[in-house]
Amino acid sequence: MPRTPKPVVPGWFDPDAGPAEFRLLGTRCRACDAVFFPREDCFCRNPGCAGGELVEVPLSRHGTVWSYTDAHYRPPAPYVSDPDAEWQPYTLVAVELAAERMVVLGQAAPGVTVADLEVGAEVELVPGVLDEDAEHTWRTWHWKPVAAGRRRDV
Amino acid sequence: MTSDVAVLGAGMHPWGKWGRSFVEYGTKAARNALADAGLEWNRVQSVVGAGTVRGGYPGYVAGATFARALGWQGARVTSVYAACASGAQAIGTARAQILAGMAEVALVVGADAAPKGFFAPAGGERPDDPDWLRFRVLGATNPAYFGLYARRRMALYGDTADDFARVKVKNSAAGALNPYARYRKRVTAEEVAASAVVCDPLRLLDICATSDGAAALVLSSMDFARRHGAADPVRIRAVSTATPQYPRTELDLPDIATDSAAAVPAPEAGFRSSIARYAYEEAGLGPEDLSLAEVYDLSTALELEWYEDLGLCGAGEAAKLLRDGTTALGGRLPVNAGGGLASFGEAVPAQAIAQVCELTWQLREQAGERQVPGARVGMTANQGLFGHGSAVVAVR
Repeated sequence: MPRTPKPVVPGWFDPDAGPAEFRLLGTRCRACDAVFFPREDCFCRNPGCAGGELVEVPLSRHGTVWSYTDAHYRPPAPYVSDPDAEWQPYTLVAVELAAERMVVLGQAAPGVTVADLEVGAEVELVPGVLDEDAEHTWRTWHWKPVAAGRRRDV
Repeated sequence: MTSDVAVLGAGMHPWGKWGRSFVEYGTKAARNALADAGLEWNRVQSVVGAGTVRGGYPGYVAGATFARALGWQGARVTSVYAACASGAQAIGTARAQILAGMAEVALVVGADAAPKGFFAPAGGERPDDPDWLRFRVLGATNPAYFGLYARRRMALYGDTADDFARVKVKNSAAGALNPYARYRKRVTAEEVAASAVVCDPLRLLDICATSDGAAALVLSSMDFARRHGAADPVRIRAVSTATPQYPRTELDLPDIATDSAAAVPAPEAGFRSSIARYAYEEAGLGPEDLSLAEVYDLSTALELEWYEDLGLCGAGEAAKLLRDGTTALGGRLPVNAGGGLASFGEAVPAQAIAQVCELTWQLREQAGERQVPGARVGMTANQGLFGHGSAVVAVR
């Protein structure tokens, strides 16, 4: 039976968008222009704002690496991994978005290791798969170096 | 303007993995603190328990849990939970009650019994909980955030893995002299370098363990202390329980993103340095007045962040302070003279109280081989999940 694709968190991105249109979705306060990700749909968290309507806003597709790390040990639940399979480390990237002036964390695209990253390097947002169960393919976002595999020869 | 409260007694249960109930540890620490104060339990008018999420319902209502274990005697009770800052909240609550005249003597207790391995969120399917989401969506454990901060320091300031290892070497040397520490063996830089990578660039020995342990304090009004015969007690002069300023632009666990600084510019100082600033302002003191500091070294690299946030040095200068020995025992301003989390492992609600126990013993010149000579002013600093500041200034 084919698995149904589903976003790991509803409303954080459009799971049907192609790579060129794929964006994280935050919200923006109409009164003060403050931007929130993960999205705030109930209240504006700017203490100087009386509170306005919050509208959906796509975030920048490109950013620069604020920092990065990886996971050499299996994280506990609710992270999903096959306990019988040998653990494969994955990479986490914190990315600074210039327009939004915020840092957004994400897993790196599969195959990207810490050796492929450096602070300040440009990355782009790409759609990805977090895990699969019997019925669903759980979709997520990944950060990917713009020139994948590039290493600086020092 | 606030005034001082006296620390009449300090007590701990040794840190370790004892496999018993947090109630047992907390009760032992409380009895030790009462004995140290020379006070009977029935003289205590207020008991404040720092809660733990790992003790089931008794953990959530820690104040009454400890009061029951010590024997019901009718004292006013408060139970507080603020993750790693729970202990500071408990101290702050007891102090406020004493200064408001609601109680003359208060007992503060925090205890935990931690499972092995990574801290994990509460169970169930809870997509409205940021702590659950970071694990579900990213597998981002606490050490993953520590790894991000460490890498950032390396890129920004040129800190090295050797610098981080040096923090462990320093703290393990202090912990070896502390009978309450879980790890009492000196660790070498080679041993840190040979330990497994957990979250690049941090290795197992860069990251604090999770432990069982308990700490307690008996606090009183200055009047009561005098009547009790404590003419020159250690005094708590400030308790900072600050929240961050919007927009908070430092990525902090359990968040997946920072606030945006697009609509409102970022505040001049980050959250951790504001925790220290409030404490200094309340105490009427500055970093130049400190004899020692106990800071929350969840990782070796994080200890370096605290040097800068406490104003012990400028941004990016922490590794230099470490390398020249300033913050080691015998240095000008020892940091984590008790051994820090590197030697204790984290027993969440006990930890901020344990920091103040160490200051108490140091300021009384009872710290034995790890004594900081002539210590007069000590400061603790810590930070609880979701934006709970925690810092205490104690003087003698």
